[in-house]
Amino acid sequence: MSDAATTLGQTPPRPLLQRVDLRAAGPFLALVALAILGTIINSDFLEAGNLTNVVTRSAFIGMIAVGGTFVITAGGNDLSVGSMAAIVSGIMIVLMNWLAQEIGPTPWVVVIVIFAGLALGGLAGLLNGLVITLGKMEPFIVTLGFMGIYRSVLTYIANGGTLTLSGTMRTLYRPVFYDGALGIPYPVWVLAFVVALGAVVLYTTRFGRYCFAIGSNEEVARYSGIALNRVKTWTYILQGACVGVACDIYVPRLGSASSTSGLGWELEAITAVIVGGTALKGGYGRIGGSIVGALILTVIGNIMNLSSDVSVYLNGAVQGAIIIAAVFLQRGVGFKR
Amino acid sequence: MADGTTGADAVLSVRGVSKSFGPVEVLHDVSLDLRAGEVHALVGENGAGKSTLTKIMSGYHPPSAGQVLLDGQPVALASGVDGERHGIVLLHQEFNLAEDLTIEESIFLGREWRRGPFLDKRRMRAHAAKLLADLHCRIPPTARIRSLSVSQKQMVEIAKATDHRARVLMMDEPTSVLTQDETDILFGLVAQLKRNGVALVFISHKLDEVKRIADRITVLRDGHLVATRPAAELGQDEIAQLMVGRPLHDLYPPKQPPAADAELLLTVHALGVPGRVFDAGFALRRGEILGFAGLIGAGRTELMEAIAGLRRREGGSVAAGAHRLAYLTEDRKAKGLLLQFPSRPNLTLSTLASFTRGPFISVPAEDAALDKAIKAFDLRIGSRDMQVGALSGGNQQKLLFAKVMETQPDIVIVDEPTRGVDIGTKQQIYHFIARLAAAGKGVIVVSSEMPELIGLCHRVLVMREGRIAGELAGESLNEEEIVRYATGLKGAA
Repeated sequence: MSDAATTLGQTPPRPLLQRVDLRAAGPFLALVALAILGTIINSDFLEAGNLTNVVTRSAFIGMIAVGGTFVITAGGNDLSVGSMAAIVSGIMIVLMNWLAQEIGPTPWVVVIVIFAGLALGGLAGLLNGLVITLGKMEPFIVTLGFMGIYRSVLTYIANGGTLTLSGTMRTLYRPVFYDGALGIPYPVWVLAFVVALGAVVLYTTRFGRYCFAIGSNEEVARYSGIALNRVKTWTYILQGACVGVACDIYVPRLGSASSTSGLGWELEAITAVIVGGTALKGGYGRIGGSIVGALILTVIGNIMNLSSDVSVYLNGAVQGAIIIAAVFLQRGVGFKR
Repeated sequence: MADGTTGADAVLSVRGVSKSFGPVEVLHDVSLDLRAGEVHALVGENGAGKSTLTKIMSGYHPPSAGQVLLDGQPVALASGVDGERHGIVLLHQEFNLAEDLTIEESIFLGREWRRGPFLDKRRMRAHAAKLLADLHCRIPPTARIRSLSVSQKQMVEIAKATDHRARVLMMDEPTSVLTQDETDILFGLVAQLKRNGVALVFISHKLDEVKRIADRITVLRDGHLVATRPAAELGQDEIAQLMVGRPLHDLYPPKQPPAADAELLLTVHALGVPGRVFDAGFALRRGEILGFAGLIGAGRTELMEAIAGLRRREGGSVAAGAHRLAYLTEDRKAKGLLLQFPSRPNLTLSTLASFTRGPFISVPAEDAALDKAIKAFDLRIGSRDMQVGALSGGNQQKLLFAKVMETQPDIVIVDEPTRGVDIGTKQQIYHFIARLAAAGKGVIVVSSEMPELIGLCHRVLVMREGRIAGELAGESLNEEEIVRYATGLKGAA
């Protein structure tokens, strides 16, 4: 070891190229590459309408992936988010119809139910977190269990069918998904807000730092006096709250919830998080990457739709290949040794 | 330039070997011969290049320049496995054991014995049992690695290494986690291998051990070979001086025992930890350095962890008043530091609340703390972005000290504070501990190195099988007395 630099502990200036963290930049580069591919295949790809459409359709998975980034960075996992979205949406619809009857179909009902969605999601997350931490069980198993419970309870409430918003409430709530401000749809605004908030919390607060520490080495975190159970439980609460926000804009889209609502969202969200560069085993997380991951998944589908060369039926195959390629590339450039 | 060549009858040699990692040269123009039936000790401070040299000689790293010769012929070893094929075995400093495998499975990993397509478990188990018996290690070969103590894991590594028909066996700090008894057993085995004509390389920070078993000693400093001499010609002081490059005075600071009526900072009464510690009681005064001696497994770490609230305790009481207590773990890699993270977040992890403005972490405040720690602890962290795992053991230990001191404790418990640390850093740590005591803090030192306890502590408690077996101070504080209590020759067990 050379002494001049080491004694002072100063960082020698490095060339710009080395400063670009390939692991963090990789997903962004992949998205750019896909956009270029999309434009080549169909020049309509870069149309404002199509781009807005892509982002809007990524909003649900994107928001859930923000919460997922916290859970996975802290070394956990949440498989219940898809079913959680279904049950939260279902209860929101029941609540909204009931309130519309009790106090009349006013915009206030929409406001109340939006907050109720957030709270319900957070509550479901709290339940996940408490069972995992107090029960000292594997997150994979616990959330797998809740995945079944939440969906089954919804099916029971809906009596095997579909829960639907009453006509007037549907009209009142509808704009939350379909309208926008400054030419940008509300879901995109909400997504941007969730991402910004998530990034601030993960990168600049104590809680965020603790997530990294716990995911990296739980024992070190424990010996450093970090309240493991509390921090871990909060990651699940955040995850649940993100699901709640996603439901707030999902319910007005279709105005209904059934046993197939949010089906497969958990895998899409985890895929987005991992494609975005977050380490599945924890200790390293990227909020921006997770959103890019969600966008990549939507863009692939979008390109397949726009092109006539590849069957849309192969969408899943292309997505799968992209996931494997993304993780392979992260292995190659992410670790120096 | 000094070199370690002898010309004749070398089994394995290096000639003019250099090694660079990126822009950093860690080994410069080293020439050395290893002879059959000889123990060759490599000594030097952390980062002097000892481990790198053994890795080059065993095929794990290719040299950047120079040659490796086997029986006088140049060889290009492609990998560690290739080296083993040539009879060159390296016992690594870090454990390479899969925690969930059994001992038997670990020893035979990658070279399982089979009968037809099936594993010949019975024969492998019997053989593993024999290897362990040779090491006087009374653990069944079916025990899982996870369930073993650190020293038992080391014994498994040694069993595994000796089972290869080694012509050259290199051991990188094999004794740092072993008790005295286990070390004696290992040295018996070394003598046996020596008689069988194996060339041995022995790396250790414990100079008394080096003197005890080495035939020749090579000293490395900053990647350069400083001297190779017959062990008989070198005294321990001389070795230490060659390692550090300057005369080394005052390894231990002068003792300043506290006044007999100094305030009691910590009183532990009748404390128990299920199955590990029984009825432990002692008191610590302001300004006191209290040592805890004992064999590995005597319950010292468990007692300290229970006092620090990291382990469930059973009965008894811990009274520390309003005094803050900090515990510095013996296992810095698994419990002390986040190895994939740089120094800054590691330093502040325990005390992050004092580095926040509103809800946000203040990176400038953290950086300022790191600047202070670098000065106060003579930290050499290279670049600030460097992962802590890439630091030398000594620097990791100093960073861990800095991290613990961020909590501004009144009572500091340090567990094996100098494990795997070079002599220069040891001296720094001893003086640092003495300054803490002089500043009115109470310090507890848990250590398996008796000279360290004797040189540093005002008073030493010896633990045996979970109980405090005796208390030593003043004239009676010497190695013989500690051993008597630790082994049960004296004191109630």
